[in-house]
Amino acid sequence: MDIPYTVELRRDTGLNNGKIGIWLFLASEVMLFGALFASYILIRVGAPSWPRGDTVLDVPLATFNTIVLISSSVTMVMAWASLMRRRFETFRMYMGGTILLGLTFLVVKYFEYGHHLELGEFPSTNNFLAVYYTLTGLHMLHVFGGMVVNAYFWGPGAKLWKTNPVWFTNRVEHSGLFWHFVDLVWIFLFPTLYLL
Amino acid sequence: MTSDHAAEMSDHAVDIDKHVRVYITVFVALMVLTVITVAISYLHLSVPLAVTVALLIAIVKGSLVAGYFMHLVSEKKLIYAVLVLTVAFFVALLALPVFTHSNGFWIPE
Repeated sequence: MDIPYTVELRRDTGLNNGKIGIWLFLASEVMLFGALFASYILIRVGAPSWPRGDTVLDVPLATFNTIVLISSSVTMVMAWASLMRRRFETFRMYMGGTILLGLTFLVVKYFEYGHHLELGEFPSTNNFLAVYYTLTGLHMLHVFGGMVVNAYFWGPGAKLWKTNPVWFTNRVEHSGLFWHFVDLVWIFLFPTLYLL
Repeated sequence: MTSDHAAEMSDHAVDIDKHVRVYITVFVALMVLTVITVAISYLHLSVPLAVTVALLIAIVKGSLVAGYFMHLVSEKKLIYAVLVLTVAFFVALLALPVFTHSNGFWIPE
């Protein structure tokens, strides 16, 4: 038996299952990151002194990563738009670009972490670094998770396009919503950790 | 795919061309705002002013992403209801430590 409302919209809400599901999930994600941001505020306002982010962290590298992640949001939305235009090969190009940009973000972060660890700057070194590693680490896990889902839709999951293009387009839209949320979190992490 | 769905996707395809132009505009705006955020940090403003400016720019950037890339500008009422509830709890979560601190319950030594 097919599960209802995977493609067709419910008459009462005007939404399908996937759309309401991903937004409820994102709401829970807001609270997850919210709890960590609240902890950051509490630790920072309670500290006798706190370093400016740019005295410890690499701002040019983080600015580059911000540009990379914003660009990946554009390629993601263009991948969805390509499916809406029924251009599958263009979708593949944009989705591939999104995955590569996500990978670029993680590689930059690898070098950034490596540099700090070489200097003996560990999460246990001080509260600033503990907050930095926790928030950026959790964010990196989200980037990785988003990349896995996007890679599935770029590769094996794409065969659904041939049998049910509307459902496939919905799926890409919903994975896109997650990807944009990851970008949105970084938009707040970047100034609060690196610039203030 | 049913004929209804095919017709629906075809209708959307016309709208999508308009959407793509908006996405490019939003992309340029996000890049400009990123440059402004970094440039302002080099001015070394006082901490309260720097926090205010950085968060205001981040809120504008976040709104652009949520509004246009996540299509919140044209979403259904139920999604708005979920988000209003989420924002209320999120603000309470952030405000709690701030109020606790300002009421003197937290006195760092």
